Amino acid sequence: MRKAASGALARRAVLFAGFLTGFAGFALTVRGGVPQLQVAVSFAVLVLVGELLRVNLPGDRDASPIGGAAALAYSLLVVLDNGVRAEHGVSTVVAVVFVAGVASALIHEALQRDARSTDLARRILATAAAAAAFRLVLLGSSLEHVAVGRRADQPLLAMAIAALVGIAVDFGLSAAVDATSKRAPFFPILRNEVTAQAPLALATAATGVLMALSVRVMGLWALLVFCVPLLVTQFSFRRFASISTTYRQTIRALSRVTEVGGYVEPGHARRVMTLSVAVGREFGLTDADLLDLEYAALMHDIGQLSLADPIPRGSTLTVAPSERRRIAELGAEVIRSTGTLDRVAHIVREQASPYRKMRENADADVPLAARIVKACSAYDDLVSTSREARGTRASWDALERLRMGMAFEYDPRVVEALTQVLQKNGDL
Amino acid sequence: MRSPMRELPPRARAYVLAVVAVACVLVGVAAMGYRGSLRELLAFTTLFGVASYFATETGRSISVHVGFIVALASVAVIGPRGAGVVGLACFFARVPFAKRVFNAGQLALAGLAASVAFSLVMGGDVHGRALTEAWVPQVLLAAVAASIVYYAVNLSLVAGVLTLTTGLSLRRVWAGSLSPIIVAYVGYGLLGLLMAVLYLDLGMLAALLFLAPLLVARAAFANYAQLRETYDSTVRALVHAVETKDYYTRGHSERVARVTELIAREWGMREDRVQVIRIAGMLHDVGKLGVPTKILQKQGKLSQVEFEAIKLHPLRGYEMLCEIDFLTEALSGVYHHHERLDGRGYPMGLSDADIPEFARIIMVADAFDSMTSTRSYRLAKTVDDAIAELRRCEQVQFDPKVVDCLVAAVEKHGWQPHAEPFHGEKVTKEGEAIDSPVPVISTKQGLVAVLPPEAEGERRAEGS
Repeated sequence: MRKAASGALARRAVLFAGFLTGFAGFALTVRGGVPQLQVAVSFAVLVLVGELLRVNLPGDRDASPIGGAAALAYSLLVVLDNGVRAEHGVSTVVAVVFVAGVASALIHEALQRDARSTDLARRILATAAAAAAFRLVLLGSSLEHVAVGRRADQPLLAMAIAALVGIAVDFGLSAAVDATSKRAPFFPILRNEVTAQAPLALATAATGVLMALSVRVMGLWALLVFCVPLLVTQFSFRRFASISTTYRQTIRALSRVTEVGGYVEPGHARRVMTLSVAVGREFGLTDADLLDLEYAALMHDIGQLSLADPIPRGSTLTVAPSERRRIAELGAEVIRSTGTLDRVAHIVREQASPYRKMRENADADVPLAARIVKACSAYDDLVSTSREARGTRASWDALERLRMGMAFEYDPRVVEALTQVLQKNGDL
Repeated sequence: MRSPMRELPPRARAYVLAVVAVACVLVGVAAMGYRGSLRELLAFTTLFGVASYFATETGRSISVHVGFIVALASVAVIGPRGAGVVGLACFFARVPFAKRVFNAGQLALAGLAASVAFSLVMGGDVHGRALTEAWVPQVLLAAVAASIVYYAVNLSLVAGVLTLTTGLSLRRVWAGSLSPIIVAYVGYGLLGLLMAVLYLDLGMLAALLFLAPLLVARAAFANYAQLRETYDSTVRALVHAVETKDYYTRGHSERVARVTELIAREWGMREDRVQVIRIAGMLHDVGKLGVPTKILQKQGKLSQVEFEAIKLHPLRGYEMLCEIDFLTEALSGVYHHHERLDGRGYPMGLSDADIPEFARIIMVADAFDSMTSTRSYRLAKTVDDAIAELRRCEQVQFDPKVVDCLVAAVEKHGWQPHAEPFHGEKVTKEGEAIDSPVPVISTKQGLVAVLPPEAEGERRAEGS
């Protein structure tokens, strides 16, 4: 229970810091007035539009490339068209993002869509960091002396560094929130965040820098013009996200064939999947490995389809090891025939191997994912067939049985991680 | 070096060599008069080479052609004397040798032609810095003209080689590749112009920053295309696994998917809906798994209780698939694929217009494949017999318009019925096929079951 509270805590801290920063910037700007109002309003409108055109990425990630590019461009803007110096400071940048962000959140709310206020807070903090790095630290007092004029060079290196600072803050905060809400270690989550988001983040940053650079030659038209490549990018990501979601949902749905056919207890595949992925997170697996683990856990019993009649109560625990081995082989064959899930097939094949095989034979390639699926499947079988009423008692009994098979049948580290996951979930 | 070219038919080889020779001569002659910056030429050539190297073939699927954008930018920056040279850099693409040589030649010609078109619209060789002083609408028009010419030259030359290697008629190759994509290419042309302007005003770095989101988009499109292919093979493999329960229905789902797709196209469905209904056709019987194997494989007449159990399978399928958002519209097709127009079907007993469009299509495809394949209780019918049977049952069981579409599609594409030899040892040994309640007549094709319309509905419930 305390863990659950800490999950919400990181989220609340980001929310609080974000909105405090946003409000402070807003208050300072209201007191000091907005220099070059037309520019500020144009950027605010673009941030607002960008936030409204958000794109969903696989794994419940959300991105708004256009909003991000506009916010970054305003942070890095030094020279306006015709060589006029941009007069705004960090507080104006924060205020613009804050006002546009809150407006977009209200519109999302009005349309009964998720307002994603944590993402908004993150955007405010990341933009504030980039703007502060650029305008206060990297350029500092020299900001006043940056040569302006139609053909003047712009501080490109500083712009690039500031853009990277913004990305780093964004990733760091996002991983912190994620790690606490998924109750998983921080650094693997951060690494997953980077691999999943880096291409889009870099494209966004490149466009932001480009917008800031080209306002000098194109004026505020630059804002509109450079939305085009980002819209193409966004469209491509949306297509990819929709097919990945469909793929995932289809595997989830079809993995239920074993339940519908009466081969396993209802919900078994789904429960084993949830547990396995949580245990996999404990080990800090990458997103790609977690996805393989998820598919393998969902389909680990699919080999039973080739049995003429279901095993009583579906638990492979009660059948002879050779039979268990055969079912796993058959399942792996089915999965291999998809042509693309070879790693998943390997996991499914090896989840019938006892842990002992690995110790006896150094060459035996029993992947961690297979050991996880094996232990989680056995745990779920034991809990659902337990004579005890469901609840803590049954969980303890099941774990006890796994512990007895530890080092022989099950990997001790996996059982340890499983215990931790169950404790965090409040099952023990 | 030469050997890869040998794989081409002789006429295609001559064609490729001719294109490359013409390209080399024209580009060489044009380049003689090049007076611009060598660095600029080298930079754009390198960029085009890199873009070609990293280009991935995505087949007919949607993508972003970064190379096209770079080519159009070089038309605007470098002008007709150098634009052909840039195209030659396509030689560095990661494709077989013959293809690389041909692409280098044809893209050099395309670049040359495009820059000539650009110059024609501009009323003279206006490129590079001179563009920044030109009248903007004229420059935009020139870019549009250049992209259309580039695309047209590219497409014509490729169509030529496709005709010579595949033996398809030129018209068919053109019809197959010329599509609304040209609009996208005009868009790329404008993006290329924008890249040129950025390069001229802010330098190469700005031009590269401009390409970043487009490169990311291309990678995402490539992932999308790959996963889409994977998706099909995955669904197919899992459906096969389900079908192992019943020998006679093996391959049925895949064939129903194919017939469904043919009918849906004939029906005039939008491409995205065709994909949805095709997957639905593939999955229409997935709920069969919830029916005990011994009922599914039972020979002879089903008892009331057994038939009730079978009638549950559309519901089981619906339950299983309902969380796949992509299939939302197709769920009705899975759920209602055993309804009949006269309202005597199951599970809801809907009639006529109440039966969803998707269901009306899937039920015809299902019946057509069931009849044209061998089952445990009868041999396959010929395609003509099956169509005659469908015709006989239309109005009562099937939607005549759907049957029309099926007939048209089968006429157009043909249909290879899945008529394996009668495999059921049990059947011949026990003679159950003869004892079955279905009248069987002997014809030249062998044993053919003659089913009254009512019985067909029930038998389909059992066998399909």
